[in-house]
Amino acid sequence: MVTLQLKGLGARYGSTLAVEGVSTPVFSGGELTAVIGPNAAGKSTLFKRIAGLLKGPGEVVLEGNKAAPRDAIRYMPQDTHANAVLTVYESVLLAAKQGEGWRVKDAELVEIDQILKALQIDGLAFRNLGELSGGQRQLVSIAQALVRRPEVLMMDEPTSALDLYRQVEVLNFMRDLARRQGTLVLIALHDLNHALRFCKNTMVIAGGRLMAAGPSEDVITSSMLRDIYRVEARVEACSRGENHVIIDRSAA
Amino acid sequence: MAVSELIPAEEGRGLYRALAFRRILVICGLIVALVFSFSFDLALGPARYPLSEVLAALINPSGADLQTRVVLWDIRMPIALMAISVGACLSLAGAQMQTILANPLASPFTLGISAAASFGAALGLVAGVAIFPAAVHYMVPLNAFLMAMAASLFIYLMSTVRGVTVQTIVLLGIALVFTFNALLSLLEYLASEQALAAVVFWTMGSLTKATWGKVFATFAILIVCIPFFARHSWALTALRLGDVKAASFGVNIKSLRLKTLLGVSLLAAIPVSFVGTIGFVGLVGPHIARMLVGEDQRFFLPAAILCGALMLSATSVVSKIILPGAILPIGVITALVGVPFFFVLIFADRRQSW
Repeated sequence: MVTLQLKGLGARYGSTLAVEGVSTPVFSGGELTAVIGPNAAGKSTLFKRIAGLLKGPGEVVLEGNKAAPRDAIRYMPQDTHANAVLTVYESVLLAAKQGEGWRVKDAELVEIDQILKALQIDGLAFRNLGELSGGQRQLVSIAQALVRRPEVLMMDEPTSALDLYRQVEVLNFMRDLARRQGTLVLIALHDLNHALRFCKNTMVIAGGRLMAAGPSEDVITSSMLRDIYRVEARVEACSRGENHVIIDRSAA
Repeated sequence: MAVSELIPAEEGRGLYRALAFRRILVICGLIVALVFSFSFDLALGPARYPLSEVLAALINPSGADLQTRVVLWDIRMPIALMAISVGACLSLAGAQMQTILANPLASPFTLGISAAASFGAALGLVAGVAIFPAAVHYMVPLNAFLMAMAASLFIYLMSTVRGVTVQTIVLLGIALVFTFNALLSLLEYLASEQALAAVVFWTMGSLTKATWGKVFATFAILIVCIPFFARHSWALTALRLGDVKAASFGVNIKSLRLKTLLGVSLLAAIPVSFVGTIGFVGLVGPHIARMLVGEDQRFFLPAAILCGALMLSATSVVSKIILPGAILPIGVITALVGVPFFFVLIFADRRQSW
């Protein structure tokens, strides 16, 4: 199974070091890991650095991967509006065919059909990208990321534009997929209750540094919420025994 | 999840194959239209030939009488082929400029490449200045080419500067248009009446300057550039989803954008230096192609080439029909004939494109 560890990882924008000194325990495939932190904490920057899209010091240690790191690790960026004259189907095909020839095999199309159906966007297949809502675009982005069969997938706020039902559906789907295929999935999230519910581990990033990493229930605590998020909050078990974050007020 | 138009998943690939087939048909249609347009372009003129005679003279030149052979092969053929190659070059240049700069207004005309060429030509026509003194005989096209390449290289180099975005490049291009137009106006102000007339005629663009050598040169640059774009067709299409998305697909954006810009510079500079400013094709050819086949470059690339070629070729035919015997600047006619057609397409096309 694929494992990922970051050793003293930093990321540079020009000469500025936006992320530095991120060292983590070894994360294994088969589970979701939440990456949380305030706005502009460096979550996206860290993802881009892991994916090799940014340069910087440190090391990304990938083991047990089948494909070369370049193909094994995929980054799904935050929602970006695209006005290209392409259908949803074509945009997913595009993601699948990068670096390959013009000819499209039936097996590739079958895979796209299956992914669109699994994400329940098969009905949008022949809509143009420009006609989609923010939530629909986000689902298409997930399809584009999945069609490349990544072993490590970093999803940058994949549920930010989705309604509650779709948020739960997508996170459930990703957790099942990770377990079934052994994929290592890092998800940047703002909803800490989602992190508690769906993600085995959580990493907390603030000011470009790793503040904590470990099992979600150990990391998401009242003191972390006060220090990092500047809110007074409790983490309490509900009547079903699952932990939830309850926010009382912003910290003084 | 509730979605309005549910299509069973197993039909997705069938529908995709049908869509791809329709696009291939559109491209075949464009090829047929281009063949017809080219044949009419040869047939029409002060002496009109029936299409059958044109075809016969094309297939078996030695079978045709001397006059027909000279008119078709030596006089009309270079001009008709030049219309096709120049239209194809400019439309392809515009298509890839729009792709890499993510801007629907990008074209050789709007990025200052044509304006630079006009200034270069005017330098030769008005001031007798040869930028490359060794070839004074070819002063005007060579000046135009060198200035166009200088403008392209300026944009190319600027785009390599850290922190320069595609929007900055477009703004730089517009600044170049104004700069070269101001310099051109200055030269025109200082020019003699005769030189002024020559400059004005040159800037309007005309295919009558076509020679076999120029035809080969424009086709050669197409032959160099098309395989490069074809090889990177998936990556170029991915650029239209935005830089971050394309990079996340594994596209080396910076390298692709620079190489494409270099190819586009040649595609724009060579035809402009031969035939003058023909602005409309580079802007509109790609838009028509996009409306017909979308932006998957496997279809968009040939469609943009064919649309540009067809536009200039058809314009040549239309101008011969409207005003027989008169030689009008093709740049002017292209815009006059093309604009109404383009308006119809824009309003007929309800999809949001750009």
